[in-house]
Amino acid sequence: MAETTGFDFAKNIRHALGDQQLRKNFKFAMGSMIQKRRLVFADEDEFEQLRAIGQAIRTRALAKLPELLAQLEARCTENGIQVHWAETTAEANATILEIMQRHGATRMVKGKSMVSEEMHLNHFLEARGIEVTETDLGEFIIQLAGETPSHIIVPAIHKNKEQIARLFHGKIPDTPYTEKVEELNAIARRTLRQKFFDGQVGLSGVNMAVAETGTLCLVENEGNGRMCTTVPPVHIAVMGLEKVVEKLSDVPPLLRLLTGSATGQLISTYFNMITSPRRPGEKDGPREVHLVILDNGRSRILTDPQFRQTLQCIRCGTCLNHCPVYTRIGGHAFGHVYPGPIGEILTPQMEGLREAGVLATASSLCCACEAVCPVKIPIPGLIRELRNASYTAHPTGRVPGEGFKRNLPETLAWKAWEKINRAPALNAVVTRLAGLMGDKAPRLGPLKIWSRYRTPPRVARRSLHTMTRAQGVDDE
Amino acid sequence: MSDTARENIMRKLAAAVAHRPAQIPETGALPVPALCQAEKVEQLKHFMQSVRGEVHVVKPKDWVSRLQDLLRPRALKTLLYGPATPHGKTLAAGWPPEDPGLPRLVPYAAPVEDFKSELFQLDAGITGTLGAIAENGALILWPTPEEPRLISLVPPIHIALVDAANIYCNFSDALTAGSWKAGMPTNALLISGPSKTADIELTLAFGVHGPREVLVLVLET
Repeated sequence: MAETTGFDFAKNIRHALGDQQLRKNFKFAMGSMIQKRRLVFADEDEFEQLRAIGQAIRTRALAKLPELLAQLEARCTENGIQVHWAETTAEANATILEIMQRHGATRMVKGKSMVSEEMHLNHFLEARGIEVTETDLGEFIIQLAGETPSHIIVPAIHKNKEQIARLFHGKIPDTPYTEKVEELNAIARRTLRQKFFDGQVGLSGVNMAVAETGTLCLVENEGNGRMCTTVPPVHIAVMGLEKVVEKLSDVPPLLRLLTGSATGQLISTYFNMITSPRRPGEKDGPREVHLVILDNGRSRILTDPQFRQTLQCIRCGTCLNHCPVYTRIGGHAFGHVYPGPIGEILTPQMEGLREAGVLATASSLCCACEAVCPVKIPIPGLIRELRNASYTAHPTGRVPGEGFKRNLPETLAWKAWEKINRAPALNAVVTRLAGLMGDKAPRLGPLKIWSRYRTPPRVARRSLHTMTRAQGVDDE
Repeated sequence: MSDTARENIMRKLAAAVAHRPAQIPETGALPVPALCQAEKVEQLKHFMQSVRGEVHVVKPKDWVSRLQDLLRPRALKTLLYGPATPHGKTLAAGWPPEDPGLPRLVPYAAPVEDFKSELFQLDAGITGTLGAIAENGALILWPTPEEPRLISLVPPIHIALVDAANIYCNFSDALTAGSWKAGMPTNALLISGPSKTADIELTLAFGVHGPREVLVLVLET
């Protein structure tokens, strides 16, 4: 598959599986995140009720998406927030650069934002002479290491404290080596305080945007998000266009689902609701607030009623924590911004099946992700849809790259299978032959690969059909 | 560029939802538990303390002297406050001018541009609240021109006053009771305790970028 995709997933997986430290770090972290979540949603009935509400809120928002975005834009504009639209990540990056240049700004402090990762914003701005500082502790760590997030909630979870201690000691001037977590935090606090103080523009993501009031909501624990959105004179918020909700009353249940699923908290330390830039008479807060609304393929995903459910996602990351594949290989092996089950359905739709369709193969279809999803996205079902789409083009063209895996041998094999199963006489002959020769058949092609690490099933000498008939059971 | 982007996006979205599902599911709501004031205070205390917040229930007339008792052992140099708020006035009136055991009161009286260097050196900040939420132990802050946003963020200790009558059962209840949607402030905040992170090996550590201590005085009549 390496020849049709831009990255070698199989190689990444082999590499990750061979890294004992990485596997240990993930096994421990995912296990404890599962436990924490279980405690906060201990009442199963209540959780089911709550996630039905979450699903309803997100489904309603998506069904009304154009009008809600128009309303959000109107409210934000009334409130003094400047709204920008971007069809592509390149447009979003250019918009942000333009705002910075207008202010002659060369220093940005950044709160955690997956959309900005999707845009590769840091790389873009740094190439244009702008200093970008990630201020979420996890993001700060991986920025120092020159890496990308391996988890959408705890981005540096693949590193243990020894690795972080070495990194801080090596990369931050005058920093002694320490493995004490409290001290490592203090080092980050000290370093980043100065950055907040000096920051000219603060950038943040958006967890939900309320159309009714034009309010941008941000969930965080550290306080860096509040710093980025309050101290610098300019605040730029970036959001995927699906992040809008209709009403203010939609916020509490989604917040509860988000923090419970993401970190097993009843509520995060801070829930920050921003409705305007600094108003006359107020003594702090940014004088300008910008909202960049990004499409990047989302409007296409919205088109298909089934795939649309992907956009219900509130980015809690709990499907990653519960995924047996993710837990064993970690986020980097996925080679794209969004890893784990949600990445397996989101990335192929954004990047196309040819580039990223292989991600949908990284699932055992155990359905744990669906069972815990706070907004009830049928992830395994969509994974199967995407696997099918790689072979079969849909008449209306649902995903870019549909049918790219279609090939003659497989098509013929399935055609034959279909013929055999439709003709009872042929079926009987083939079944008998399989019973006689099945175990002697040479293991070739995919069967050879499949049986390399697995015991191939033994083919029974007599079919179930014959055995039951022999026992006197009628056909009917 | 952005005008075309907007038009293109809107056109695509409109086409995408043209065949929307006929039934948009009804959004239910979880029942709001009926708690009396004492229960709400208890819950707030429980959840706050579980994330290392410090909660003291005091009589309204005693809060300034209680605060002094709480701050003496901490040996702070400065306490930031909003001088034009009612509680700011009470605080200033009850604060001894030259007591070496107590922090000096620093008013947040100038725009941050003229105050930033000093602000980043201060030891503690005190704010009022719009109330609190019993269900998750969060304080509701609604900063004003008289009581700016950074008081509760930059100094390492945040002291908050909560009127026990303004503790709501849950967040939805608070939104409705306060008619929030009729006029949102520049920045509304829920704060459930001191700043924290678990980004290194999921080890919980307090006091990252925001305050490392949150001290709550619940005023109960």
